[in-house]
Parts: sequence; C-alpha cells; structure tokens
Amino acid sequence: MSRPIGSLRATWLVVRKDLLLERRTFELLPSMGLLALGTIALLRFALDQDEVSGDLAAGALLIPLLLAALLGIARLFAAEESDAGVDQFLLSPAPAGALLAAKIVGLFVVLVTLEVVLVPVFALLLLGPSIGPVLPEVVLVLLLLDAALAVIGGLVAGLAIGSRSRELLIPIMVVPFALPALISAQAALAPVLEQDPGALVTRWPAVLAIYAVILGLVGSVVAEFLVED
Amino acid sequence: MTVRGLRLLSILSVVLVAVGFGLVFFYAPLDTDQGFRQKIFYLHVPLGIVGLCGFIVAAWHGFRYLRTGDPASDLRAYVYIHMSQIVAVAVLITGGIWGKTAWGTWWRWDEPFLVSFLFLFLIYATYQVLRFSIDDPQRQARAASAFAIAAGAFVPVNFTVVRMANQYLHPRTLDNAANGGLPGPVLVTFLICFLAIATLFVTLVRYELLSKSTTFRLRSLERRAGGDDLLPRRSAVLQA
Repeated sequence: MSRPIGSLRATWLVVRKDLLLERRTFELLPSMGLLALGTIALLRFALDQDEVSGDLAAGALLIPLLLAALLGIARLFAAEESDAGVDQFLLSPAPAGALLAAKIVGLFVVLVTLEVVLVPVFALLLLGPSIGPVLPEVVLVLLLLDAALAVIGGLVAGLAIGSRSRELLIPIMVVPFALPALISAQAALAPVLEQDPGALVTRWPAVLAIYAVILGLVGSVVAEFLVED
Repeated sequence: MTVRGLRLLSILSVVLVAVGFGLVFFYAPLDTDQGFRQKIFYLHVPLGIVGLCGFIVAAWHGFRYLRTGDPASDLRAYVYIHMSQIVAVAVLITGGIWGKTAWGTWWRWDEPFLVSFLFLFLIYATYQVLRFSIDDPQRQARAASAFAIAAGAFVPVNFTVVRMANQYLHPRTLDNAANGGLPGPVLVTFLICFLAIATLFVTLVRYELLSKSTTFRLRSLERRAGGDDLLPRRSAVLQA
C-alpha cells in the first residue's frame, strides 16, 4: 500500500519530472526563445528605431516576454493531457493541488531561464542605454513579473484542463489577467531603462508581489477542484 | 422567489426607474461646467457600481458551489456574471458617450474607470467560452466557479493598478460626495438612481434564474417522458 506524501515533496517531484523532460526533449525553451527573438526583431522595424529606452524599452522587453510565456502556458499540461497524466496523478497518494503548484513553479523556472538569455540579447540588439548599472532593478522587477505570470499561467491552464478549445482559451484568458502585472512591470521598468539606477518606484514591485500573492491564494483555494478526474 | 414576489419586484423596479429618471430631468440641477451632458452620470456611475457588485456576488456563489456542490449556486454565479457582462457593456457605451460630449473623444486611455471596465469586460468575455467548451457538466461547473472566484479577486486589484497608473481625469463625483461637497439634490437623485438600477438588476437576475431553472425542469420532464432519464427500478434489476 502506498504511503501518502506531502504537498512539498509531491510538488518537487513533478517539477523535477517536468524539468528533466524539458532537458531531454529541449523543445519548449528554444521555441519560446525564438518567438521572443523574432518579436524583438519585429519591434525594431515596427518602432523604426535602432535603439530604444524608457517607456519604449520597457514595452519592447515585456511584449516578447508575454508572447513567449503564452507558448509556455499553452504547453503546461501537455504531457499530462496526452497520456491521461492527470488521472494517473490522482491515483497516486500525492495531494491533487500539488500538480498545479508544480506547474506554477516549473513555469517560473522556465521563464527565469528564458530571461537569462533574452535580457542580454535585448540589451545587445535594441536597448540604447547600458543595462549594467540598472541590472539589479531589472532583475527584481522581472522576477516578480515571472512569479505573477507563473501563477496566472498555472491558474488559467488549470481552468482549461478538459476544455475542447484550450489553445484558443489560454491566450484570451492570460492576457487580460496579466494586464495589471504588465502595467506594473512597465511602470517600474520605464524609468529604470532610462539608465537611472535610483528611479525604481518601490510601489510597483510591491503591486506586482501583492498581485502574485492574491492570485496565488485564489489558486490554493481552487487547485484541488481544478485537478479532478 | 415566488411569481407574486417577482411581480412585486418588477413593479418596484419600474416605479424606481421612473422616479429616478424624473428626478434626473426635472429635479437635479444642471452642472455648471458640462450642463445637460453631465446627466449621464446618473446612469453611468450606478451601472458601474452595480456591475462590479454583480461580479463580486458571482465570485461568492462560485465559492459556495465549490464548498457545497449545490448546482443552484453555480447557476446563480452564471446568471450574475451574464447580467454583469451586459451592464459592463452599458458602462463602456455610456462612458464613451459621456467622454464624447464632455471631452470630444469617445475613448481616453487615461480615464481609469473606463479602462478598468474594459479589462474586466475582456476577462469576463472568456467566461462563456470556457464554460461551454467543457463537456462534462460537473467539471464545467467547477471550472466556471473557479473562474468566477479568480476574476472576482481580479476586480479590486485591476481597479487599484489602473488608478495608480493614470492621472485622474474623470470628475471625482463620489470623492466629492465623501467630502460632503456634493449638492443635496444631486446626491438625492444619484442615490435614487442607484437604488433604481440596483433593483432593476436584481429583478432581471431573478427573471433569468427563473427562466433557466424552468428550462432545466422542462428538459428533465421531457427526458423522463421520453424514457431517456429513467433508471431501471431496483426491483426490476433484482428480478433480472
């Protein structure tokens, strides 16, 4: 008879499984990176500027990131849905909510990994001012944004489990849910990307963190109802 | 609610709406800046407040469904969201008309109330898409309830962020009211209009709830009459 396992351990096991799967197949991160890079190139010509700073720079960084995140969110439960993985998970002694928590953590890791490549490439190709002096502020805002996007992505992908129109639903639900997070990130990054290290207004990172926490609490309330057979 | 109660609520709605509009046109004073155009305030703002309350009530019913599994709670959440969606469209339209008459433009991105409602509209517009793309009725109700809770939590955050990101352009009429600056006739008219719109909203919700529950009962009776819904009797199974 199998022993019940704790939420944290179950979450960690699923995260490890997903990251191992991604390391072996290596299909999601390259796709997200290519989409983000393509969008940066597109923005160069759409804005008709060789270099951007301030408001434009913040937008030009966040739009590719959002589009790449949409790809990742759409694939969040792909492995589980193709092999009846949700049912198999529910047969295991792990708590149901751990699956959603693991997907949120996994998406956060994927987004951070993507940004490790995306931010230097963006700075090299499109950003006017040097990113070096403001890197800590940019990293802080992006980490908080990743947390908010990961929670939103996990929640929306969880809602769409079992839906016939998952590919259609996920983008149209993620974008409006992400708007407050993106507005906050834009407002936080715009003065920073004018290369003013002291320009970060602390209320915007606070709003991002609060938004992620509120949606995280909602996710914890509804998780067990979303992951059911 | 009984049919008699619904009839009384309908009469009350009609009376309040008539009194409210009577006060708007014949009692409330003309605004010194905007003149007659400002009268749309008595429709736009109550609609906005009632719509927001409808979304929050839907979140509460969604939460109740997840806790109790009572299909009536899921139906109430559905109806409150549906009615609030209609109200949200009316808020966007009346806001656009107010903007066009007051500032000469249908839309302003620095107007937080309208922009917040646009975001809410975008979120709640996906509710039916989500709901009706899930075949299993129980899973459908669970996902719809979880959506109602998540979107309900989104409502205050959305308003806070959009207000923080924009300068205030809309006349701060309710702030003035809180500071005691709203003239008495304006305040009385506004409160009656708010009561009228709220009563009308509740009446329409009750009508839709009655219509939906009657439809479900009728379908159930039709299935039973056609024999589709009849399970084999316990005695028949035992004899077999």
